[in-house]
Amino acid sequence: MASWTHKLIPTPARSVMLFVVWLLLNNSVAPVHLLAATILALAIPLITASFRDKQTPFIQWRLAFWYLLKVLGDIVLANVQVIRIVLGPNRLLRPGFVMVPLELRGALPLSILACTVSLTPGTVSAEILPYQHDPDEDVGERFLLIHVLDLSDEAALIQEIKQRYEQPLQEMFGC
Amino acid sequence: MSGIEWLIAVLVLLGAIFVLLGSVALVKLPDFYTRLHGPTKATTLGLGSLVLASMIFFNFVQNELSLQQLLIALFLFITAPVTAYMLIKAGMHQKVAALEVTKNQHLMQVSGKKPAP
Repeated sequence: MASWTHKLIPTPARSVMLFVVWLLLNNSVAPVHLLAATILALAIPLITASFRDKQTPFIQWRLAFWYLLKVLGDIVLANVQVIRIVLGPNRLLRPGFVMVPLELRGALPLSILACTVSLTPGTVSAEILPYQHDPDEDVGERFLLIHVLDLSDEAALIQEIKQRYEQPLQEMFGC
Repeated sequence: MSGIEWLIAVLVLLGAIFVLLGSVALVKLPDFYTRLHGPTKATTLGLGSLVLASMIFFNFVQNELSLQQLLIALFLFITAPVTAYMLIKAGMHQKVAALEVTKNQHLMQVSGKKPAP
C-alpha cells in the first residue's frame, strides 16, 4: 500500500466497519447516507488515531468464528443455569470470588476473555490483576478476579475457564 | 398462523420471560455482587431473542430488508459485560459488603494491588 493511502486510512478494517454500521443505523443506501458514511469512515479513524492502543496484529479468523459460536451456545446454557439458581431459595446460594491465573497476554485478548467470562455460566469478571497503566507491558504473573454465583469446585472452574476460553484465545491470537 | 409466525411468537415470549427473570434476579438476590449476574446474562439473552424475532418479522413477514437489529445485538453484547465490570469494580473499591457465605472474601481487598496467592 502506498504511504499516502496508509496515512489517509490508517485502519482500513475499522473504516469499513464504520461505513457499514452507519448504513445499518440508517437502514438505507440512499446517496446522502453513502456520503455521510464515507465521511465518517474517513474522519473518525483519523481523529481517534492518537487514543489508540497498539493493535494485536494477527487474528486467525476461522478460529475466531468457532469461538464466537461456542460462546453464543454457552450464553444460552448460562441463562438456563442462572435462572435455575435465581428461582431457587436464596439460602442455597454459594457465591464466591476466584482468582484465575492467566497465561494470555495483550490488551485485546484479555478484554475478550474478561467479557466472555462475564457473559457465560454464573461468572462475572471483576478485575485483571495486577493493575497497570499500559496493558501490553510485561508485569509477570497475571490474574483474573471473578465473582461466581454458585461456587462448588474452585479448581474445576479455573480449569474450565482456562481450557474452554483462554486456550482458544491463545491459539487465535498466537500468544 | 404460519410456521414463521409461530417462530416469532415463541422467540418474543422466550425473550420476554428471560428479560423478566433478569429483573427478578435483580430484586430477589441478596447482595450487590450476586445481583450483577441477572442483568448481564438473562437480559442479554432475552433482548437477543427479542431482537432476533424482530429481524425475522421485518425480513420475512413484512418483506423489507431490515438489519438494524443486528447492531442492537452487537452493542448489547459489547456493553453488557463492560457495564458489569465497571459496577463490580466500583463495588469492590467502595467496599460494598458481600453476602456472609461468600467464599474468598479476602480477594476483594487485593483489588488495585499485587496479589499474594
